[in-house]
Amino acid sequence: MTDINFAELKKGGFMKQKQKDYFSMRLKTIGGQVTAEQLETIQLVSQKYGKGYIHLTSRQGIEIPFIGTENIDAVKRELAAGGVQNGVCGARLRTITACQGSVICPSGLIDTQQLAEDCDHRYGGREFPCKFKIGITGCPNNCLKAEENDLGIKGGIIPQWNAEKCIFCGVCVPVCPTKAITVDKDTHTLAFIEEKCCYCGACFKSCPASAWGGQSGYVVSLGGLYGKQIAIGKHILPIISNAETLHKVITVTLDFFASHAKQGERFAKTLDRVGWNTLKAAIEEIL
Amino acid sequence: MKADNIIDITNVVCPVTFVKLKIELENMKTGKILEVILNEGEPIANIPRSLKDEGHKIIDVTNNDNGTYTLFVKKDGLV
Repeated sequence: MTDINFAELKKGGFMKQKQKDYFSMRLKTIGGQVTAEQLETIQLVSQKYGKGYIHLTSRQGIEIPFIGTENIDAVKRELAAGGVQNGVCGARLRTITACQGSVICPSGLIDTQQLAEDCDHRYGGREFPCKFKIGITGCPNNCLKAEENDLGIKGGIIPQWNAEKCIFCGVCVPVCPTKAITVDKDTHTLAFIEEKCCYCGACFKSCPASAWGGQSGYVVSLGGLYGKQIAIGKHILPIISNAETLHKVITVTLDFFASHAKQGERFAKTLDRVGWNTLKAAIEEIL
Repeated sequence: MKADNIIDITNVVCPVTFVKLKIELENMKTGKILEVILNEGEPIANIPRSLKDEGHKIIDVTNNDNGTYTLFVKKDGLV
């Protein structure tokens, strides 16, 4: 088998195994969603060409181990017929991960699945000097661990207090995880320190008088890295209030990475080398 | 504030906290006031939202400064 182009195979989601002439085949998922029809196809292919099992990857993907090189074309064809595409590896925009978001989860503040689809459509598989990961979590509970990603997106609520509706019961004070709210019941006054707010929406969700309202938004983190070296994605931008602006921010960020990163250099390292403020200034131009 | 009933849920943990509260409220008439004593941490973070979702209205919250809070809840006050 001398005619195998490993780079091309890697691009198409074939991970070379320790065992000679075998690949673990990575499948495409977006936001961790797989249909029953796709599962059936994956089951059949793993039984026919693999060893009858799959591996769930750390980033919500599925791999079918033990695909022989001689079966690559047949496997691709049978998967495609069942609505399953190959995943990506290498220096590209990787699988976009997401929690179930506001459509399913009572805590969800944004539609993470729709956003994951949009991001995949716009940026999925784009080539870069190094891999780039996007993860989307629906709320500050952060089940999807946004800050582990090169670019993390977290749903939030930008709270707004309406004095006329407030009954000064004081419930928002203990439910706020960051102690951003204080209420004086005697004088009927409330103080809110936005700098402390984590945009979780607890005030909004608990308020019995609907005095706390709010608009959902996106908290973006940049430069997360969880490999041999570890960096937690940083919050250098204000919360973003609409999807259109969010996509502009993502586009500027990806273009910045494409033009500044060295070969094999993860985003956190690029930012440390080139300067976080350089990226921040570029993003602020479009905010 | 005067309550019609009182319940202490400081000796149970989630989800029993809300189950006990729900049963107590079911046995009360609409508009009656229930006094609830609950722990700081998870109970005070989550119970107010669950009460709202069930249509009961919190009318007052006091920090007892001993690791517990006292809520006054009006049954069906949001319905």
